[in-house]
Amino acid sequence: MARVNYGAAIREGFAYLLDRHPDVFIIGQGLWAKWYVGNSMTDLDKIYGTDRVIDSPVSELACTGAAVGASLCGYRPVVVHPRMDFMLYAMDPIVNQAAKWCHMTGGQSHAKVTIRGIINRGGEQGAQHSQALHAWFAHVPGLRVVMPATPRYARDLLVSSVLCDDPVLYIDDRWLYEQEDELPPITESPLEDQRPRVLMVGDDVTIVGAGYAVLQCIRAADKLRQFNIRAEVIDLRILNPLDVTEVVRSVKKTGRLCVVDSSWRTCGLAGEVISSVAEILDPRSFLCRPLRVTLPDAPAPTSGPLEAAYYPTDNHIASSIAELVSAQEIVMRLTPVEPARSTK
Amino acid sequence: MATTRSSPPLFSGNEYSLGDLARPQYFNQPLKLRHGTSDALRKYLERMLLIRRVEEKIGEGIESGDVVCPCHLGIGQEAIAVGVASSLRPTDRVFGNHRSHSHFLSLGGSAFELFAEVLGKNEGCSKGMGGSMHLVDAARGFVGSVPIVAGTIPLAVGAALAAKMDGNGDVALAFFGDGATEEGALHESLNLAASMKLPVLFVCENNLFSSHLHIRLRQPADRIARYALAHCVRAATIDGNDVDTIAHTASRLISDMRAGLGPAFLEVVTYRWRGHVGPREDNDVGVDRNSDLGLWKKRDPIKRLFDGMSARGWIRHDELADLDSQIVATLNKDWERAMAADYPPVHTLMDRVYFTRQENGTS
Repeated sequence: MARVNYGAAIREGFAYLLDRHPDVFIIGQGLWAKWYVGNSMTDLDKIYGTDRVIDSPVSELACTGAAVGASLCGYRPVVVHPRMDFMLYAMDPIVNQAAKWCHMTGGQSHAKVTIRGIINRGGEQGAQHSQALHAWFAHVPGLRVVMPATPRYARDLLVSSVLCDDPVLYIDDRWLYEQEDELPPITESPLEDQRPRVLMVGDDVTIVGAGYAVLQCIRAADKLRQFNIRAEVIDLRILNPLDVTEVVRSVKKTGRLCVVDSSWRTCGLAGEVISSVAEILDPRSFLCRPLRVTLPDAPAPTSGPLEAAYYPTDNHIASSIAELVSAQEIVMRLTPVEPARSTK
Repeated sequence: MATTRSSPPLFSGNEYSLGDLARPQYFNQPLKLRHGTSDALRKYLERMLLIRRVEEKIGEGIESGDVVCPCHLGIGQEAIAVGVASSLRPTDRVFGNHRSHSHFLSLGGSAFELFAEVLGKNEGCSKGMGGSMHLVDAARGFVGSVPIVAGTIPLAVGAALAAKMDGNGDVALAFFGDGATEEGALHESLNLAASMKLPVLFVCENNLFSSHLHIRLRQPADRIARYALAHCVRAATIDGNDVDTIAHTASRLISDMRAGLGPAFLEVVTYRWRGHVGPREDNDVGVDRNSDLGLWKKRDPIKRLFDGMSARGWIRHDELADLDSQIVATLNKDWERAMAADYPPVHTLMDRVYFTRQENGTS
């Protein structure tokens, strides 16, 4: 199997969909240009025609609304927002229209549209060229929110998203585009059946993330292994509907939970995962308080040193987890009673 | 002068002004009936009367407390939906707004299903999940209505894109009011539709009010079609209470769209007799409403049609009275049936958040 990077894997997914599914078309800004969406859509317009790969006016609202409208009339459109920040102009068709259409028509009609929002940040791009707003959309019933962390999931979850009968927010991250994977042939599998995946197995701590954060979780877990801390890494993959069954199973085993999110803290994904797990698990299953590593609650800065302070590094994540684990080990050594975990 | 060939001969305004169309003391004579056949006009009359009686019934339901959901009545505006619908076919894709009872009924939607819907019943057109503001009737081409102002305009553009891709000559259509033209969504949509040459008819029911606020207080000019002309979209501005002219103009615009000439804009000037929401007339709200409402009622689209037909000997007063009492009798039965119908089972609250193939058997 050839190794394919994340951007090329997305392109493979698009090519597959355009090849096999005549009801699929793509609309968005920059689709006929070379630099808007990395290598994730290269030459699709030339191969499949500009009628099905449509570069659009600078109208996020109208184009997203048009994709929703076409999805109500027999098509499976994908609307591409090369940078998520600009997608905010399209909140009405996403949140008011697509998300609610099935419910408010009594299930008679449904918006089978995929909205691809790309997170594109770093390089001193600043507050309006940086945002990762997945938590907003995960808050809205009726939307499905997909955040692939690996090239394989980027390709396969794109196919599942576009073939899904509900509106899907598919969020990919330019910081993942150089990641490589070996890809087996595509098999179509329903998005409803997709679950979080365990990417690394370990007994000491459960680390959970989505999208780019998963890559950081893996790197942090690798570092921790050098200190003989064995972390279990879980890639959530689907943020809405959020299924924490796998996380609960893992925390039962490890007793420790750290959630990493490459977005803000307040009302964010990390807090949601922690509270969902805490609601289900017996408090005695936790060996220590849960930890979240997120961006600080501030807009992204431009100045280099501020930017360096803004994004958590792999080392920062690893050391936060090490502190969590070793602090607890100290507590355990000092406490004469048996740890709660072994009583279950 | 930017007026297109579709503009009616009586238009007295200019690119920016509605002229006499906005003055209620004009356009109140019996319709001249230059276009429609006697049979066609009789059908329009029947449908307009049905719409009015349905909305009056719903108004009574609100007053009695049986109807709780917000209902925006379009009494006085019946000619628009009926005139436009005369050129549509079930494979066309129609979108409405918060004031869409007339749009739904003009396409042949069931009064019983509308009653059941505003009462929140399972047999409603949206299975009791939508209420007055979210109507759907896919079989007749009514894709849906929503109350987010201008919300369906881009959706209709997408439906037109789908129609163009299908290649069957179908068209899409969005009904909206003058308030919606103050939303950016309209302007983006006009540009997108024009640049992609999509078969979508933008129908602006210009009733001079957005909620309580007169257009004079919201826009520098009252002729909405100026926005279409700015986007190179063919436009017509006509009397919205003249069903014959509406049907004729819509027919020309829609047949051009079916032939691939791209989008069009139809501005129909009218006035709603009731308040923004609910059955009251709200004549204490808004500019000139107290003095104008009485004059606008003389521009009654139903009476002017009847008077025009009657003058030609195409209908008699007793025929109208018979028609009316038949409609009322049928609607009373529909209402009783809707009142007796079941509410949606509670599990549907969660079952319909995501689409399930089992429930619907469709894709």
